[in-house]
Formats: sequence, structure tokens, C-alpha cells
Amino acid sequence: MTTTAPPVKDRPGDGGHGSPAKDERLLGDSPLRKLLGRPELGAVVGALAVFLFFAVVADSFLKTSSFGTVLYAASTIGIMAVPVALLMIGGEFDLSAGVLVTSSALISSMFSYQMTANIWVGVFVSLLVTLAIGVFNGFMLTRTKLPSFIITLGTFLMLTGLNLGLTKLISGTVSTKSISDMEGFESARKLFASELNLGGVELKVTILWWAGLVALATWILLRTRFGNWIFAVGGNAEAARAVGVPVRLTKIGLYMGVGFCAWVSGQHLLFSFDVVQSGEGVGNELIYIIAAVIGGCLITGGYGSAIGSAVGAFIFGMTSKGIVYAEWNPDWFKFFLGAMLLLATLLNAWVRKRAEATR
Amino acid sequence: MARGRTGVRRTGVRATVAVLAAVLGAASLAGCSSTGGKRAEDRAAAAEAQGRAAVSTPKWTFAMVTHSGDGDTFWDIVQKGAEQAAVKDNINFLYAHSDEGQQQAQLVQSYIDKGVDGLIVTLAKPDAMKAVVAKATKAGIPVITVNSGSEQSKQFGALTHIGQDESIAGEAVGDELDKRGREKALCVLHEQGNVGHEQRCAGAKKTFDGTMQNLYVDGTNMPDVQASIEAKLQADKTIDAVVTLGAPFADTAVKAKETAGSEAEIDTFDLNEAVAGSLKAGRLGFAVDQQPYLQGYEAVDLLWLYRYNADVLGGGLPVLTGPQIISKQDAAELEKYAERGTR
Repeated sequence: MTTTAPPVKDRPGDGGHGSPAKDERLLGDSPLRKLLGRPELGAVVGALAVFLFFAVVADSFLKTSSFGTVLYAASTIGIMAVPVALLMIGGEFDLSAGVLVTSSALISSMFSYQMTANIWVGVFVSLLVTLAIGVFNGFMLTRTKLPSFIITLGTFLMLTGLNLGLTKLISGTVSTKSISDMEGFESARKLFASELNLGGVELKVTILWWAGLVALATWILLRTRFGNWIFAVGGNAEAARAVGVPVRLTKIGLYMGVGFCAWVSGQHLLFSFDVVQSGEGVGNELIYIIAAVIGGCLITGGYGSAIGSAVGAFIFGMTSKGIVYAEWNPDWFKFFLGAMLLLATLLNAWVRKRAEATR
Repeated sequence: MARGRTGVRRTGVRATVAVLAAVLGAASLAGCSSTGGKRAEDRAAAAEAQGRAAVSTPKWTFAMVTHSGDGDTFWDIVQKGAEQAAVKDNINFLYAHSDEGQQQAQLVQSYIDKGVDGLIVTLAKPDAMKAVVAKATKAGIPVITVNSGSEQSKQFGALTHIGQDESIAGEAVGDELDKRGREKALCVLHEQGNVGHEQRCAGAKKTFDGTMQNLYVDGTNMPDVQASIEAKLQADKTIDAVVTLGAPFADTAVKAKETAGSEAEIDTFDLNEAVAGSLKAGRLGFAVDQQPYLQGYEAVDLLWLYRYNADVLGGGLPVLTGPQIISKQDAAELEKYAERGTR
């Protein structure tokens, strides 16, 4: 992970790529040069390498139906990797992101069931709660000035306990009741968990959500003032504050982004399986962070992109499913996954270094 | 391992193999004097004797996807059974697992994409698996469910279910505890969200005349398991029986009991080498075996029978592999099988 560090030294606390005030060194660059300077370029090369590797090693990897499966696996990670990447560019972590997804699903399911309300009421309540948890994280962070690691670790543990405790208290078991026969379920299922048939390939709607979120986040990062603020607070919060960037607001906004995406992801879980297990989601927060890091986000903040996080999630999806297609012994699963991720990240760093050197 | 890859740098590979062989040779020589080495040799000899297909049917590919966490003994035994049946039936056997419902469903989907000839799945989280099992049957892939999910199996379109009925197994435990004159028992659940585990404890509670409490522990974190049981036993000295739901947790419960200074009897679901030894030594009261080896073996064998002869066993009802209550005297006999990892 630390291999991604060197390039930033050349651009301490810069305004990020595409910020209106261009670095003078970049003036007059050819489009190719510009492309080489993109943070996700290394990840794209890594993704190509992983893709080619599995295309050679696993014979069913190239089938179109497999492609749908890999994309789905990537999208379930990718939806969360987007806000986590943005947060990381803003210089913070969120360790509660994994269980927040489960919380989001639990809340809509239990609220609708217990109140015998239309499913959409539960879905809406869940959105409010996840956004509120985002505000809580951001508020606690900016108020206490404690590292985000501590704050969100606290939230992570509290949410894990709440998920289990409240579910047990309210439904008497460790999973929620089935809500598939309730009003509004079908329409909500269409939005969050339907499947599209595109020329024989079955694509889950999460892939669309994922693409939409990546596009939205890219637009925010590169074309809006809020995007500049994110790069600024991630690069140097004090300097950003000095030039009038609302640091606190930016960070709270970023955590709300995580809440929003956790809501989308949680609703997908709920409406594709219609029952939620209260103990799931633990450990996924690291996967989101890994996807963002592979995608070129710097763990120290100030550098990265949303597209990169998508490529990172794609690498993860390809690796985890490619191992299955390659018929490898699952005892080695984690090893291959780790080696693959490390290689992708190294390649990522190497390509970026070469790109910087051609300047 | 990397099937279908053409050997490009053959000399490099050959050199690596030579080095590996030398290292392994040296290692096996060094290990010869110890008991472990001998046992490993015996096991290799046994595997060699069994490693031949008994039939000449085409080499079908069967895949198994379970809800197991990493490095679980129980699922290792299931796999052994499945692998041995696969060798006998000339089957290419694939295995994958994940303890997250969504991940498990995705793995099954990957095997459907691969176009396997048969699928074996567990339904510990039935709702997460429902859609993907339906997809498999729609794609014409026969599905057999094992272990948990006897209620949902038929409804989801599986051929048959092989496993123990968790409620019945639990009830057997309640009866056995009564027989042993226990009054206050603790049911230790190590996999939060596993429906089968809930059913076991509920079943035991049903037939047990005393009181029974549930205790949730984090099964992938053994020190946590020990500390939780310890704390519970310290807090309530009147607990006189602890029932763990998995073999690896039985010995941990014994340790917890010793540190807590409790007199409780430790009983467990499932069997492994350590449990067989502890039963023989009297550290454990009894074990409820659901014969995981049978679950793997039968699943592969029944899929083969279906492919070969369209045979289906069970007549629409689950094929039960348990519960079998094992106490001190049975343990001595079963220890040697547990030692080689098939009981």
C-alpha cells in the first residue's frame, strides 16, 4: 500500500487533477501526457493484466455469462468503494462502512415489518438513518479532532452491536422476517435488485447504480467547487481552512456520501434476498478501502479518483471470481487474492512512476 | 494447478520442480523418525490404494459451495467424503465457500456460468441462496442440498437433501441432558445468523426439562469464544452443562470451564480427533455426530447416480445422516477414524 506514496511528493497538497487553476507544469501537455498523469492509469493497466491472466488460466472466464457475474461481484464492492475513495481523497477513513450496509438493510426491513408500513416508508427511514450516521461520524470527527480511525472504529463496534442486539430484541431471532409479500416490495425490488437482460447477458441493476455513482462522483470531484474542497482538505486541511474552505462541512458531507451509498448497497441486499442476517458485513469495510487504494487513492489523502475506485473494485471482482473459474483449491484463495492485489498495486505504482518520469 | 496454460518457460519450471523435490525429499527424510511422519506416510499409502475410479462414466464436474468460514474442521471432513466419492465416481470435484450469504450466492453463480454438471450447496442462509438455486435448476443443473436447509431444499427445487434434521438433533441433546440429570444448560452458538444453529438450541430447549440459555460467541475468534464462556460460567455458578455446536469449540469450553472453576459437563455437536480423545479421557460428556463425511460422500454419489441412472434417494424426504450420540465407549472405537479425518 505504501508503494503508492512516492508520486505525491512531486505535488504536495496540489488541487488535484482538473481543478480550474492548472499547475503550470501541466500547461501545454499533450492529451497523452494528461492521460498518463491520471491516478487510475496504473490500476487500469493492473486490471488489464489480471484480466489477461484469468483469460488464459480459466477457460470459462471469457464466457459472456461469466462477465455478468464478475461485474455483479465488482459492483457490490464498487458502490461502496466510490464514497470510500472520495473520503480517502478528503484524508479520512470509514471503518463502519461495512456494517452500515447491513444496518441500512435491517432498518428498512424491520421498520416496514413492525409498523406494517409500505416498504417505501422503511426504505426512506433507512435513508434518513444512514445519512444521520454519516453526519454523526463527520460531526464527531470534526468536533473532537480525534483521528477518523478511532471515531469510525467506535461507530463500527456500536453498529455491529446494534445490528445484532436490536434485531434480536425486535424480531426475536438473528435475522429479519420476510417482507416479500408486503406492499411496495416489487417496485423497490425493481429499483434496487432487478436484472436486465442485455443480449443474453444477465446484468444486475447494481451495475447501473455503480456506473451512475462513479459518474456522479467524478463530476463532483472534477467539475464542482465541492470537489476542489475535497482535494484541498485531503491535501492540507489547515491550508484549506486558511483560504476559506469549509473543512468541517466538507468532511461531514463526505461521511454522508458513505451513508448514502451504504443505503443503496443495503437496499440491494434486502431486496435481492428479502431477509437480512444481522451479523453480516463485518470485514467488508477493508475490502472497500483496498479497492480505493488499488484504484490509485493515496491513504494519506489529497490524491485519487472515483474511476480508480471502480477499476479497483473490478480487479477485486475479477480476482475473487476468476479463482473459482480457474478451479483453484479454495484453501489458497486468500493467498492468491492477496498476491494478486499486491501485484496490481505494485504495477499501479510502477506505471504511475514511469508516467511521471516522462514529464 | 494452472490448468490449460502452455508451458512457455519449461526449463525454469523444471529447475523449480527439481529444487522443490530436493527440499521435500530432505524434509521427508528429516521427518521419518517422528510419529507424524509415519502417520503421514500411512495416510498417503491409504490414499493411493483408494485413488482409482471404479466406474468409466464421463468425467463430469460437480461443484460444492458451502457457508463454511475459513479453516473449519467440519467442512474439511465433508470435503474429504466428497473427494473420495469423486475419485471413485470419476468426478472432477470443485469446492468453494464463504460465510457471507451474498458471497456464497455469487460463488454458486460462478459455477453455473462454468456449466458444471451438478451442484451441492448448503442452505444455512436460505433466503440468500433461493434465487441462485432456482437459476441452477432452470439451467438444468441438478442441485443437492447438504447439511442445513432440509425444510427449504425441496421448495427451492433441489433433488434431495442430505443432512441431519437440526431440530431432531437438538431434541436428542435435550433428552440426553435429562438422562444425565442436568438442570441448567448453556447453548453456545458460534455462527451468528446460522438458522440451523438456532434450530439445534431450540430443539434442545424443547425436550430439556431444566432451563437452557443461548450464548453467542464469535466462532472465528477462539480466544473470544473461551473468554465469553468463561465469563458466563463465572457469572452463573449453577450452570451444570455447556453444549457447544461445533467440535473445535468443545475443547475451548473445557478450558473455559477449568479457568472459571466450574463443575459443568461439556457436551458438543460434531466429532473430530480432539473430541474423540476428550470423550475417551472423560473431559467431555457426549457428542452428537451428524457424520459430515457421509454428507459429502453421499452428495457426490447421489449426483452421480442421478446423472448415470436418474436415481433420486429419499422419496422427497431428507436423507438423515444423524444424530448419532457418541459417548465414552464409542469414542475409543471411532478415534482412529477421527484421527485420519473422516469421522
